[in-house]
Amino acid sequence: MPRVKIPRKSTLLDMTAMCDVAFLLLTFFMLTSNFTKKEPALINTPSSISEIKIPERNIMMILVDAKGKVFFGIDGQDTREKMLTKIGESYSIIFTPQELKDFSLINSFGVPIHAMKMFLDMKPEDRDRAENAVGIPCDSLNNEFKSWISAARVVMNPGYRIAIKGDKVATYPVIKKLMGTLQDLNENRYNLITSLEHEPVIEKP
Amino acid sequence: MSEVAVKDTSKGKKGKPKKLSTRVDFTPMVDLGFLLITFFMLATTLSKPQTMEIAMPPKDVNEIDKTQIKASRAVTIILDKDHKVYYYEGTRENNIDPPLNLTDFSPTGIRKFLIKRNLDIWVKVGDLKAKKAAKQINQEEFDKQKNEIVAAKTAPIVIIKATDNATYGDLINILDEMAICDIERYAILNIDPFDLDLIKKKTS
Repeated sequence: MPRVKIPRKSTLLDMTAMCDVAFLLLTFFMLTSNFTKKEPALINTPSSISEIKIPERNIMMILVDAKGKVFFGIDGQDTREKMLTKIGESYSIIFTPQELKDFSLINSFGVPIHAMKMFLDMKPEDRDRAENAVGIPCDSLNNEFKSWISAARVVMNPGYRIAIKGDKVATYPVIKKLMGTLQDLNENRYNLITSLEHEPVIEKP
Repeated sequence: MSEVAVKDTSKGKKGKPKKLSTRVDFTPMVDLGFLLITFFMLATTLSKPQTMEIAMPPKDVNEIDKTQIKASRAVTIILDKDHKVYYYEGTRENNIDPPLNLTDFSPTGIRKFLIKRNLDIWVKVGDLKAKKAAKQINQEEFDKQKNEIVAAKTAPIVIIKATDNATYGDLINILDEMAICDIERYAILNIDPFDLDLIKKKTS
């Protein structure tokens, strides 16, 4: 019996189509994405049914971590530099151009103002270490947080928003202090950042 | 790979142009493409975070507003340790304390009470939301009608207070309940000794 000859087919595929798909997806991701911003502390936000999106630009971000430490950040390298100069003036600290530049690259920070120079002189990878995330003092005696907000609102464009991103387990007194400080500065509208939760369906009683 | 055009080294016939394959192997390029996709997928946030908008009263108006709340419309909610929620209606009258109730954040807890209290408006707004979902009315019309409904004189005014043992999550939770129960008039106030005293009496 003659053996059935199986014709040998090439195992090579035409990759052109796959390449097209890959680059199409790549383009999509490049255009739609905005990079995750590095935050000095891990924050587990509470969830709410609110569906309002937060604007991306012109925003002051106040972070409160689980231990109640306060971090602060604004967007725009230019505004950050101006803010640091401004706060330097009120605490009579002069920052070098290099320090200003370093500061402009930091998204949010949580160091007291007297430690700021030291913090900026560190290597970028050292800044992320946990012991450097001490939080901004916001007690009534030493309310540096208030100074930061008032410095920030001078340098920011009009129409800026204030957003508070707090951890679920952060205690209420810290939030109360922050809200009180904002109230003192007559900043009465702000956004609280939450993660999405679906609206519950409730039967009519 | 074999499809990459290889220079023909064998001596062909002179004068005949060499035929080079125009096909290029795309495999490395696909690899690169997917590598970059992976990078972008991991390094980015696709969805923007949600936010809740909140407007606090200006500092100086606080005192005046407080006195304007009618006792019959006032509901005070106090957040306490371990996600406990206390609430009472009205205020202290003729030296009799309002009864303090203890509940929680479960659907049968504070939400049930608030909906019962705000039933009329809650049902109306619910209908309105359904209409909007069915595209019978647009956003503008929805906002207008909703504002009319919630301006009703019977709507409860909720005063939110929190003890120092409450968490930020509790605060967000209660604000969320306001949104779920369609309560538009609420305020976050500092806790006063009267409230603490009520809790003390209740727990002891």
